[in-house]
Parts: sequence; structure tokens; C-alpha cells
Amino acid sequence: MAQRAANDIPDGSIVNLGIGIPELIASVIPEGREVLYHSENGLLGMGPAPTPEQRDHDLVNAGKKMVTAVEGASFFHHADSFSMIRGGHIDICVLGAMQVSECGDLANWSTGDPDALPAVGGAMDLVGGAKQIYVLTQHCSKKGKSKILQRCSYPLTGKGVVNRIYTDLAVFNVEPDGLHVEEIAPGVSMGLLQERTGCSLIYNERRGITI
Amino acid sequence: MINKEVDTIETALNDIRDGAVIMVGGFGQAGSPVELIHGLIDQGAKHLTVVNNNAGSGHVGLAALIEAGQVDKLICSFPRMAGSDAFGNLYRDGDIELELVPQGTLAERIRAGGAGVSAFYTPTAAGTLLAEGKETRIFSGRECVLELGLKADIALIKAQYADRYGNLTYYKTARNFNPVMATAASTTIVQVSKIVPLGSIDPECVVTPGIYVDRVINVSTPVHEALLVEQGCVYP
Repeated sequence: MAQRAANDIPDGSIVNLGIGIPELIASVIPEGREVLYHSENGLLGMGPAPTPEQRDHDLVNAGKKMVTAVEGASFFHHADSFSMIRGGHIDICVLGAMQVSECGDLANWSTGDPDALPAVGGAMDLVGGAKQIYVLTQHCSKKGKSKILQRCSYPLTGKGVVNRIYTDLAVFNVEPDGLHVEEIAPGVSMGLLQERTGCSLIYNERRGITI
Repeated sequence: MINKEVDTIETALNDIRDGAVIMVGGFGQAGSPVELIHGLIDQGAKHLTVVNNNAGSGHVGLAALIEAGQVDKLICSFPRMAGSDAFGNLYRDGDIELELVPQGTLAERIRAGGAGVSAFYTPTAAGTLLAEGKETRIFSGRECVLELGLKADIALIKAQYADRYGNLTYYKTARNFNPVMATAASTTIVQVSKIVPLGSIDPECVVTPGIYVDRVINVSTPVHEALLVEQGCVYP
């Protein structure tokens, strides 16, 4: 999944990767592409995890994990960092999801459970500000329920914000008329994909989908 | 003569009153002014409203201030962090109030507060639970939410170097909220690893100009919150 999404990140992009599976993308970007990673706590030019000698508790990413800074990196304060996000300067943001709807609504911060401690972080800023929002997620939840739905039942992170969805079963484009299937994973039939998806899907033969 | 250097943490914090709104710098453990927070625990001011991105971790720093029962309300974006039990327990018991704000809106509200901007419109959070009850308006076809600038009585800041004018530089991602919060408080109190002679910070490299800073304390070997948490330390 991460590999498939990484293939769609063009050379020269400024990318913000959400915590979790999206973080894997940095390690599988095709060779020869120069991609600069933005970490919303205040770093543009985030590098890989540190060696034992490089470990520095004051050089962390948005998930508070220790990272490194590449040559050409810059540090800045939080309001500047979110100006980059909210001002539309980030090319692509890849986020995880609890639910995504066919019109691009995203729910990834709360299940609405009144007993849970609410926490939102920068997700609402990212979905409202980055030029392209990619969602990278398992197609179904651990309980086997589809995360791709006609409408999200969980509280929204943003309305109509998602452009592409990468799951273990398929790649989708969110378009004004609904969810277009761009690609199906090997061994997955259209029937199975539809069965595991909570909304109707649009297939476009022009895109050369092979089943 | 302008000299913002203060000799002891006790002196720097002694006029903080009950009910004060206090911005605390840091993002998680990076850039957290641990010595100043511990000084505030010793000082004992109560019924505080604290502004921070998180809710502290372990039993030191902000988590310890919350555990000490000194905080009535927290304004933050992400109180659910590994080891944030201090806040979670009080919150579930209804003993602490939470104002949850998207992280960028939080940073921008503080920036606005410091810049004399009373309020601003942003598309962040439009159409979500966090916009409920807030004024909205359409700009360029997009729904935007009215958010208020945020000011504080006190900001507790961690920086790397300062001079006696209060000019500050920071270290790596420990910068985070610190420079923004420094602008938005009536009294900005800063702990630094070193106070250097006037003129030794290149004016091109000053991140926080001294105009925003009121008091500077030299904490020459600050303990990192991450290490205190790793070692299971408890304050006091």
C-alpha cells in the first residue's frame, strides 16, 4: 500500500506524512526522486530515524519520535509551520483513516465515544490546507467493517477533503460523481471489492482496469 | 540599563496569581520548560488555565502540575499521549476542563493574540464538531470558522541562548510553540541554557526579539523531560 502511494508522489514534492502506516512511504519512494518531508512540529527536511549517535530528544517528528534533519533542512516555530499547511504550501498530505466517504469526507480523529479522551492534533488543519489529501488505510476495520462508506458515521475531520484513497484492495479517486476505481490489487475481483465497500463504485474501462 | 536577567526561578515566578492563564511552551517533551514548571509547582498558584499542545507525560513537568491540582482548565490540541494519565484521570472524573483546538488553529490563535488580532476566519474544522456553536462565513466559496485570538497572563518558555535584552535563539524542534507563546503573554518568563554577552547573538539569527521577553533565567544544565519520564521520576 505504502509502495503504491509512494509511486504517485512526484519528484520535487513537499509532503507531510501522518503518523502510522503513512510514515512508511518515506522509505519506499522510488529512487531518483527528491521529496522533502514536512513535520508539523517545525521541521522541513525530515530525515530517517537516527543512529544511536544521532539520537536527540529535541529533534523529533509530529509523533514525538526522534528523527534526523537532512542537508538543507530548516526549523521554524509552530505558527510558521501551520502557515505552510493552512496557506496551501504543502503539495501532498498522506493520512490514515477510520472512515472515508464517497464524497471525500474523512473521519480520523474520534469515534464519538463519550468516554474516550478527545484529541485532534493537526489533522483538521492538514485536510483543510494541503493541496492534495491522500488516504492510506486498510480497506476494512479490524472488525471487518468497510472503512469506505457512503457517509461517515464518526465525527468528521474534514468535509469533501480527500482526493485519493489507497487500500489493501484498491486505489480510488474521489471525483464529483463519486468514487472511481483506479486500480484493483492483484487477485481481487470487482465483486469482492464491491462487497467489502460501503458505497457504489464507478469503474472506468478507459483507465484499463484488469480483473 | 536594560537587564532582564533574574537570579532565581523563585523570583521569576513569585507574582503568578491564582486563576492566571499560563502558556507553557513545548511540543510533547521537546522544548518543555521543565525547571520553570517545577518552580510553578513549588510556587503553588491554583485554578490556572494552561495552554499547551499536549497534557504532559509521566509525573514531571506539565503532568506534575496537573497532578498537583493546580490546573482547572487545559486548552490544547492533543491531550492523549502515551503517559498522559495525569490529565486523562482528572478529565474522566470531571475535575478538569478541556478546550480542544486544532493544532494549527491553536498556533494561529496564539499568534493572533500576540499580534493584536482579535479574531480570524479559517476553513480548519468547518463542518466538524469543533466548529459547533462558532460563527461561520463563506469566503471564496469556502465555509470558514471564526476563531478568537488567545492571550495569556504568563508564558513559560524554553530557549537555548539569551542576552540581557531578552533576545532568544532556540535548539532544533525544541523551538515549536515557544516563540509564538513568547509574543502572546503579558509577562514572558524564559529559561535558557546560557546567557551570553550583548552582541554575541548575530541580529540575523535572533528568533525572538527581546521586546517580547520580560524575565530570563539561566538554567545551565536543563534536564530533558524525556529523560525524566524514562527514569520514572516524580515531581515533587
